[in-house]
Amino acid sequence: MTLRDLKPGQQGKVAAIKTTGAMKRRIMDMGVTPGVEIKVIKVAPLGDPIEVNVRGYELSLRKDEAVQVQVEM
Amino acid sequence: MSVIIALAGNPNCGKTTLFNEITGSRQHVGNWPGVTVEKKEGVYKKDKEVLIMDLPGTYSLSPYSAEEIVARDYIVKEKPDAVINIVDGTSIERNLYLTVQIMETRIPMVVAMNMMDEVESRGDAIDCNRLSQILGVPVVPIVARTGKGMKELMEAAVSVAKSGKKPEKPDIFGRELADAIQAVADVLGEGESDENNWKAIKLAENDEIIGETVPSDKKGAVKTLVDAANKVSGGDAEARIADERYQYIGKLVKECVKKSGRGHVETKSDKLDKILTNRILALPIFAGIMYLLFACTFSENFLFVPELPSPGVWLAGIVEEAWGFAAESLIGAVEAAGASEWAVGLVSSCLDGIGAVFGFLPLVLVLFLLMSFLEDSGYMARVAFVMDRIFRHFGLSGRSFIPMLMGFGCSVPALMASRTLESDKDRKITMMITPFMSCGAKLPIYAMFAATLFADSNQTMIVFSIYMLGIVVAVLSALILNKFAFKSETSNFIMELPQYRIPTLKSVAIHAWEKVKGFAVKAGTVIFASTVLIWFLSNFNFSGMCHMEDSLLAAIGNGIKWIFAPLGFADWRASVGVVTGWIAKENIVATFGQLFGNVSEETVEAVMAGEEALPAIKEVFSKASAYAYMAFNLLCMPCFAAVGAMKREYGSWKWTLRAVGFQMVTAYVVALLVNIVGSMVF
Repeated sequence: MTLRDLKPGQQGKVAAIKTTGAMKRRIMDMGVTPGVEIKVIKVAPLGDPIEVNVRGYELSLRKDEAVQVQVEM
Repeated sequence: MSVIIALAGNPNCGKTTLFNEITGSRQHVGNWPGVTVEKKEGVYKKDKEVLIMDLPGTYSLSPYSAEEIVARDYIVKEKPDAVINIVDGTSIERNLYLTVQIMETRIPMVVAMNMMDEVESRGDAIDCNRLSQILGVPVVPIVARTGKGMKELMEAAVSVAKSGKKPEKPDIFGRELADAIQAVADVLGEGESDENNWKAIKLAENDEIIGETVPSDKKGAVKTLVDAANKVSGGDAEARIADERYQYIGKLVKECVKKSGRGHVETKSDKLDKILTNRILALPIFAGIMYLLFACTFSENFLFVPELPSPGVWLAGIVEEAWGFAAESLIGAVEAAGASEWAVGLVSSCLDGIGAVFGFLPLVLVLFLLMSFLEDSGYMARVAFVMDRIFRHFGLSGRSFIPMLMGFGCSVPALMASRTLESDKDRKITMMITPFMSCGAKLPIYAMFAATLFADSNQTMIVFSIYMLGIVVAVLSALILNKFAFKSETSNFIMELPQYRIPTLKSVAIHAWEKVKGFAVKAGTVIFASTVLIWFLSNFNFSGMCHMEDSLLAAIGNGIKWIFAPLGFADWRASVGVVTGWIAKENIVATFGQLFGNVSEETVEAVMAGEEALPAIKEVFSKASAYAYMAFNLLCMPCFAAVGAMKREYGSWKWTLRAVGFQMVTAYVVALLVNIVGSMVF
């Protein structure tokens, strides 16, 4: 499953980042690397992007980007 | 001997607060060459020999954003004597990711562990001594907001800068990967070299910019070794490197940070965010804040109270009155001294030029007091979070909403507000389309035509449709620019939502003051020079001073009117109007008043009041060409003040001229279409 499938309040562990290039680098630079715990906090009022908690801070990313992050519950 | 110390850190880590604290108000603000990234320099307030360079806030030294490239080029190529790396103690893991990357360059450095008060109030503890031991660089605990630890930090930084002590190469990567990187470094050059080691890491990270610096005779060997690095990393060295950096940081944090053990505590910020980005409340709250932002700056009926000026309008009124009085007395004095007519005219046009600059300062001041409050408080990041869904369709950031909204008031502060956007590309595009939002000064033009040529139709609808036209053209332009002019640049929305914090008065005030000063100095010269030039053209011909009808400007108008023939207004007076409109768009009405008959203040006032005061316009304009003329003046180059603001924000004439060129072409094409379609409709 991917980060996009998690509902607000659910938590998972990052398994892999699927995309490549600048987006992958950016995701990883922000601390979303394999093995890290990630929790979905909320969805923006218009339904996208989402807000997650990772490494002790809040990160927002679009659903298109969240779909690139594979997680395990 | 003077030393240069650079500040590097994540966005929202308190870097600007620290910079203000160290330098006081002794700052110089400009742009890094070629990009819309702000460059700030200052001098340490306690030692004039210490120069402080504020690098753009970045999360990484990767080569993907303008900010990152500027920051790393400065560290690697300009080589400051030392770097102060500011780390936000409340999100230490992500912040240390930049720290280890700076250490990889082996520039002498000091870590400033910021927000120690918040760390303590959460019940956590960071052992800075231990961290310093492991990293091999000084780690100084500070609270930038209160200035705590500032003296110790600067002492440590100056001492490191003077001794030039480099940090040890951090032992981050696993055996295999480290060997693979070392092999790349060995190919780049003989012996131990910091630059080659750093480049080797970047090459393994598949960094294209560094890839281009590899001499062609070594390209093949480097490629083979980078492939080998990828192989030992399970196919993707870039990902493996990022991963191992974070693993290394994980160990550091385990060793040096004591968590309270209370688990994730809900902070005040979290509670506030539950309201501000609540599914139902977020949009009304957003609309309310945006209304206040606009109304405080521009409204003449503030908070819906008739005739109550907003702070911005009130201040602007005072400045205008004071300047008017000063200018009048000065002109009176010049006249009394027996100066000739042209000398008086020159003085009064110079005063107008200066007045034009002054007039905008209150708007800039009020807007940026509010903007820096929103920015520093953390709400600006939520603006993007809330609006992204809509704006991404145009290839823009949710934050583009603010400059575009402000554009309905005045393009000058609106263009300056584009600085708040996240990426260089977004800032450049937003600045090109912001003037398409019809500013307050363009309304009298519409009023004049509506009263004269559209007396029989719904005038409100005519004016409203012009405003809508501006929005539609802006959206289409954003799409086109994204598709064709900036297509190589990808945009993403992977960004931090920082904790809400109450901004310090000092940093809000300094930011607003910088904006006012920057506009007055950088834009001021553009505005002043062009105002005086147009005055000269419209009051002189080769035999001396004359009326506008015989002036050089009239000659120019006659010379260029053919250009406007396809748009339906091949008339020299219309052409002159376009030019005088560049001083200030409402000037078009005054110019028409002068050229189409009754020259008087009353004409202008009557037009503004919606009366048909200039029937002569009908002889030149049809409905279609009048609408085309309105559209042209809406979209073409904005007033010189706005061009000055663009120059200030783009930081280059090249980009300013590109933007103006784009606006002129857009105006021409749209006005042409309007004239063609309009001729069929009306």
